[in-house]
Amino acid sequence: MLDQHVNVLSLLQRVGEITGRKKFQKIVFISKKLGMPFHEKYDFHRYGPYSEELSLRLEELQQFGFISEIKEEKAGYYQYRYQVAANGEHFLKAKGNDHETFEHEKNVIQAMNACSSKFLELVSTILFLQPADKEEIIRKVHMVKKTQKYSEQDIDRAYAHIEGWRKAINKGS
Amino acid sequence: MSRGNTILKEEKVFKDPVHRYIHVRDRLIWDLIGTKEFQRLRRVRQLGTTFLTFHGAEHTRFNHSLGVYEIMRRMIDVFQGRPHWNEEDRLLCLVTALLHDIGHGPFSHSFEKVFDTDHESWTREIIMGETEVNAVLRRMGNEFPREVADVIEKTHPNKLVVSMISSQIDADRMDYLQRDAFYTGVSYGHFDMERILRVMRPLDDQVVIKSTGMHAVEDYIMSRYQMYWQVYFHPVTRSAEVILNKILRRAKYLYLNGYVFNQAPTHLTPFFEEDISIKDYLKLDEMIIFYYFQVWEEERDEILADLCSRFLHRRLFQYVEFNQHFIMNEWAGLQERFKAIGIDPDYYLDIDFSSDLPYDFYRPGEEEERMPIHLLMNDRRLRELSRASDVVEAISGKKRTDHKLYYPSDILHTPGQENEKREILEILSG
Repeated sequence: MLDQHVNVLSLLQRVGEITGRKKFQKIVFISKKLGMPFHEKYDFHRYGPYSEELSLRLEELQQFGFISEIKEEKAGYYQYRYQVAANGEHFLKAKGNDHETFEHEKNVIQAMNACSSKFLELVSTILFLQPADKEEIIRKVHMVKKTQKYSEQDIDRAYAHIEGWRKAINKGS
Repeated sequence: MSRGNTILKEEKVFKDPVHRYIHVRDRLIWDLIGTKEFQRLRRVRQLGTTFLTFHGAEHTRFNHSLGVYEIMRRMIDVFQGRPHWNEEDRLLCLVTALLHDIGHGPFSHSFEKVFDTDHESWTREIIMGETEVNAVLRRMGNEFPREVADVIEKTHPNKLVVSMISSQIDADRMDYLQRDAFYTGVSYGHFDMERILRVMRPLDDQVVIKSTGMHAVEDYIMSRYQMYWQVYFHPVTRSAEVILNKILRRAKYLYLNGYVFNQAPTHLTPFFEEDISIKDYLKLDEMIIFYYFQVWEEERDEILADLCSRFLHRRLFQYVEFNQHFIMNEWAGLQERFKAIGIDPDYYLDIDFSSDLPYDFYRPGEEEERMPIHLLMNDRRLRELSRASDVVEAISGKKRTDHKLYYPSDILHTPGQENEKREILEILSG
């Protein structure tokens, strides 16, 4: 019961803060693809994999007072900052999940959070297009993400990160 | 792109209660409709458990798919000869419209939740795998099935074609809103589709609406808004969905724990074991599911038998509104009290979140993850709908969350352990 809410909340607790809805979306998607227990359904949208379910889950968590969403005006657009609120900490403690869930995956989640959302968009697009072979995926990335102008180095770096994160999560699990 | 397709000597026509007639002139479309994978859609209802609330909601994915095809056909008629429209894409659009739901199974939503599958990946498998659908599509070339799958998956480079089948105002939504309104008998889902089709224009990689059609689009958005709250999120339908979900969970739990069913659930075994082939998937339809529910109603396992009986005979769970106070203060205690009176809360107590439902409000923004509806102004500039329309602006981004707690009210009102049951009812009534 409420397991999916707990997972999203715990992930946020692990990183302290996530800046940007897009980044939040991509971190959960990549985590799901790496085998972490997220079941939010994703579709391919304008900026890669996007989950309306996750978007609502965040809204629910906010409505319950478990997370705080701070809206900031940037040059010509709004940006959202997410943190676990005091009620959320209390809730996690009551569920016995305080600082336990995703202990093993902590470093990977933090590494994702340190990446730019544009890079995470590339990583998640690659993961969405798998299991096609690399050549086919690169061709498609260039087609569907034409405006982002990802370089070959970006793509290689994305593959390296996916492999590294997979290894880190599989090690010891 | 006409290779592998011929025009039928005589146009085929389906009588349809929503669009009056559905016209088929392409051999390719006619043959796809005749495949067994497409015919299976006659045995999958469009609205899952909604028939338990609105008894007319018996329409299927089959007639919805034909409806989407027909709307797409009319959109193409409007686009023909206009700039940005490539006539070569006609068959790709028609085929994707027809096949966009081919991967849906019985009660898709509950199935996907319990067995962690998703109909989109099955759509791809059916289009790309060894199926009659694939054989028909390959007449158009070996790459054609992949193109169709990519459009449905929204990863096709031709964004205009993608947006015709999946965007905020697309052939799929325009059919299901009208069709669901018609079959449920409600009056909210109606809008002037003829007018919308007349003002749609292809523009680069999206479909836009001439500004003169704004009011018709306002009506469409309002219909969508009302249908969601009045039909798709109806609490009784959700109650049925909760019970369906619990039945599948219980059956899976029993199977995985070595329970011997009176009648082996052969069709569901691959789902329990998470090893599903296309053949297994295609065998499943709502007739099979109802067959198992009828059989399970006689099972020795009391929980499974009771839940199946509830679903079959519409003895659904009651509900109360659920809020933060409940989660923080009452939830754990309520579960304990259920256990104390011998009711397993895992199967008889559930919170239904709006995030667990298919959700589809018009919402501009969201860092533009979802392409908004654009109006084409007289000076050729584009304007996002909610910035031009006060009506749409008023309902955009408003309350989207809704949480309910479901429980078996009938059990709590039966004789025995009255004091404990009264306490539970007091908690539930807040």
